[in-house]
Parts: sequence; C-alpha cells; structure tokens
Amino acid sequence: MIATLQDVQHQEYTPATRPLVAQLHGVTKNFDQIRALHKVDLSVPAGELVALLGPNGAGKTTAVKLLLGLTRPTSGSVRVPGGNPVQAEVRMSIGVMMQVAKVPETLRVREHIDLFSSYYPSPLPLEETLAIANLRDIKDRIFGELSGGQKQRLLFALAVCGNPDLLILDEPTVGLDVESRRLLWDQIRKLVADGKTVLLTTHYLEEADALADRIVVINHGEIAAEGSPTEIKSRASGRRIRCRTRLSVATVASLPGVLDVQTDREYLDIRVTEAEPVLRELLLRDSTVSGIEVTSAGLEDAFLALTQHNSNAEIQGRN
Amino acid sequence: MAAASAAVSPIIQPRPLSRTLAIFLKEAKYEFLTRLRLRAYSLATVGFPVMFYVLFGLVLNGRDAAIGSTHFATYLIATYGTFGVMGASLFGTAAGLAAERGLGWLQVKRASPMPPFAYFAAKVAMAMTFSAIVVALLFVLGTTLGGVHLTAAETVKLLGTLVVGSLPFCAMGLAIGYFCGPNSAVAVINLIYLPLSFCSGLWVPLMFLPKLLQRFAHLLPPYHLAQLALSVFGGGQNESNWIHWEVLAGFTLICLGVARIGFQRDEGKMYG
Repeated sequence: MIATLQDVQHQEYTPATRPLVAQLHGVTKNFDQIRALHKVDLSVPAGELVALLGPNGAGKTTAVKLLLGLTRPTSGSVRVPGGNPVQAEVRMSIGVMMQVAKVPETLRVREHIDLFSSYYPSPLPLEETLAIANLRDIKDRIFGELSGGQKQRLLFALAVCGNPDLLILDEPTVGLDVESRRLLWDQIRKLVADGKTVLLTTHYLEEADALADRIVVINHGEIAAEGSPTEIKSRASGRRIRCRTRLSVATVASLPGVLDVQTDREYLDIRVTEAEPVLRELLLRDSTVSGIEVTSAGLEDAFLALTQHNSNAEIQGRN
Repeated sequence: MAAASAAVSPIIQPRPLSRTLAIFLKEAKYEFLTRLRLRAYSLATVGFPVMFYVLFGLVLNGRDAAIGSTHFATYLIATYGTFGVMGASLFGTAAGLAAERGLGWLQVKRASPMPPFAYFAAKVAMAMTFSAIVVALLFVLGTTLGGVHLTAAETVKLLGTLVVGSLPFCAMGLAIGYFCGPNSAVAVINLIYLPLSFCSGLWVPLMFLPKLLQRFAHLLPPYHLAQLALSVFGGGQNESNWIHWEVLAGFTLICLGVARIGFQRDEGKMYG
C-alpha cells in the first residue's frame, strides 16, 4: 500500500503503532445552528494518555460526549472498544469523570462507589478504589460534607472503580488547588503505568504537558494542532508584553512580530511571538515606555500563535 | 502488530440477568437512602398527611364521627392516604429528576454503564416505598387512636391499592421533572398538587364541597384513586371500579408519553 501524505503525518504523531482504543473519525457535530465540531479526527492509542487541549467552548466536552454515546455525530463515526457507546453495555469498558454541578449530597462516599462499582463486570475492591482516590479517611462522610477537592476525588473514584481499560476524564482538575492537582496527576500517571488508556481534556497547557504522551489542540471545534508536548510547547511560545507608551495602538500593531494589541486603561496589552525584538523596537521608538511586564502567553495567546503557524490549516477566524 | 488504524474491539460480554437485577436493587436502595436522609423530602412527605390526618381525622372529630354509614376516621385514611401517595410520588420523582437532570448528575449516570431504565425504576420504587410508609402510619394511628376497624384482607387491599396507585403520579412526576428546571420543580408541583388534592376531595370529603366541584372532581386522577381506596370498605360513591382503573391507566400513559417527549428532547439537546 502506498502511504499517502496524511498517513505519514499520522505516523509521526503515533510513533509506536499501537492499536487505537477510541476514535473520532471525520466527526462533525451541529447543535441547531451552532457548529460544535467540524471534521474532527481524534485517535487514542492503547496505553497512551492523550490530552485534548482547548479553551472553554472549543468543543472538548462535545468530543467527550460523542465518545460516551451521550450525543450522536451529525456526520462521521465514533468508535470505542466493543462497538457503539450509545449502548450501555458497551460502556462497561469505559470509566468517566465529567463536570457536574451537583451530586446527590446525602449518600456516603463508600455508597456512591459501591453503586457505581456494581455497573461494571469486574470492579476494583472498595478499599483499592478508596486508596487510589485518597478517600480512605472520609469513606463514611456524606457527599454534602466534602470539600471541593474531596468531591473531585470522589468523581475520580467513580471513574476508576469499575477497573475500565479506557478512562475519559473531562477537566479532572478544574477547581483544585495546586497540591490536590499534583496528587491527582500522580494517580493518573499510575493508571497509565498500569496499562490504562486515558483521554483527558483540559484548558491548562501545563497539565497537558505534565501528563500527556500526545496533545491534540482544539479550538472553535477544529483540531488546531497535534503532536508531542515538546512539539506543541515550541509552537505555543507566545509572550505578552504589558506597558505604558506614547506610541499609538496602530504603530505598535505594525511592529514586526506583534500579533495583537489591546488597550487596558493607560496600558497596552501586546501579544507577540517573541518578546525581545518587539521590546527593543518599543524602547527605541519611545524613550518614555514604562511599567513593562513580560509574561508567557496564556492558552488564548498560545492558540493565536499556534493558529498563525498553521496558516494552511484553514482555521476559522475569531468571532 | 496491528496497524495504527485498526481499533481494538474486545467482545463485550452481555451482563447476566442476575447482575442486572442486582443493579436495579442497589439503585433503588440508594435512591431510597438518598431521599430518606433528605429531610426536606422525607419529613414533609410523611409529615403532612400524618399531621392532617391527626388534626382532621382524630382531633377535630371524635372516635365515633361518621358520614352516613361510613366511619369518619376510616374514610380519611383512604383520602389522606391518597394525598400522601401523591406527595411521595410527585416530589420524589419530579424534584429529584429535575435537579439531577438540570445539574449534570443524570448525565454522569447516563455516561456510566448503568442500564438507563434502572434510574427511573429506582425513583418509582422509592416513591412506592414512601407511599407504603405513609399509608401504614395512617393505618396504625387510625387503629390505635381513631377506632378504625379494618379486616386483614381490607387492610392489605387498601395498602395495595394505594401503593399501586402511586404509579400514575410517578409518571406525572417524571413528566414534570423533564419540563421543569431544578429550581422551579418544587414550586410547580405545589401549584398542581395542593389544588388537585382539594378538588379531588382529599382534604374535605367530596360531599361537603359545592356540586360543581363534585362534578369537576370526576376529571381528576386523585379522585379516582381515592374512590378505589374508599371502595375497599364500601365508602366510595359506588361507581364501577373499572372506570377508576381505566382513568388512572389512561392518565399514566399520557404522562409517560409527555415524559418520553422530554427524554428525547434532552437526548437530542445535550450540549457541550
């Protein structure tokens, strides 16, 4: 068989030709008039951790829902182990952690786990689940008495208790403090080391970088970039300069390397690919420049940088 | 080694019937515990019918008060029993469903391998259990303090009728739960539940209500359940029980149809 260009590119991202556990293939999903996903290809190879990285509203949760059979694609195909995830029994090999506003508050931690364990053919013993999610000391507490971090850990416990091969974690560390986040990362790493396959969504580049074998960047419902954490980081190296200057917005915007300029009271917020050349130019043209701050780009800036690099990828413009 | 594009497809073993049954039982058990510990539900559901029965059935009228040939305290077990069954069913299913649907928990359950029907069956089983508790309490109070004398057969029939009679109101609760938000469900149920109870003669026996209301009551499902309960000891309007069962069955089907529309609307609309 002659490899097409697409095949070659695909091989680059999955150097170990592992069998795929879950896949979205050419998936488009429209909700009424809104396009949530457009021709998305997403592959999760066995034993790897794939991070789906994107800002809020990029389509991450829609992709997760498609893989769980909670919604059906407008076109394209969805594959998970065992067939179509719309059938409840097919989901016996998937553990899932989703964002939820409210969980029944009057059940105890161990009761929640007991119930979810019963859905799976060979669940972990209760004690093991409690240990993985670090809930041993609070197993008799009712859900309503838990702290935010403990609640999140229970939701994680519900994902792992069935001992599934594939874990789908939708923003698992949202709202956690730094320490809890790192502890959860450790647990997720252990799962992958034990041979589990994980698909994780996040809007933290740092989180994707810390955990993933492969990062898929999604924005406006389309895949914006895909690669190893090192590749993605090198492409998302935007910086943000904040300063007071006499120069007009138009002048600053015309400097080479400037992606975007916003005014914020007397300050200018300048998004750039590289900080140093722009700073040099700024200082040269305006000796009164003051209050300079340079920060590394947030995810939004990273996307801007990524999508500019990808000019041939037909990225939809910002709304 | 398989090619990169070949998906792993392990054969999923269908779940044995015994395990499915075990899930249904566990789901129902925890649904019951959830609600039992939620005092806003359990105290109100059991408390209101019991309080009304004690006030109007036992305190206000003596042990010997009667309407025609029907003993007052016995009559009110049937009507306040219907009132209690309605409350347990409507609040149990609608408030729970509206909250869990609106705040994401139903979605977590739907993403799990839980058989979807187990979720609804658990709600109905829980409502029926609370219904049985309410009716049993009224019976105990009536027998010990109100001079109620029912044979064992009548007692079982009364309890059975009222517990089965919770089904139409569970169906109604599911319909309401699918069309109300988490914050509005309880208010909507109260707006329906309280007038419906009064107009069906559950608080004040029908014969004390204006003629127009007496005729209007025939259109209301709780009236028909109360008549079925009253007929156990010959206290009803002496209409055919078949009509009552038919009205309740028809009402159940309509409510399930409405709930199904809500269910499908939800499935189509899940948004990300």
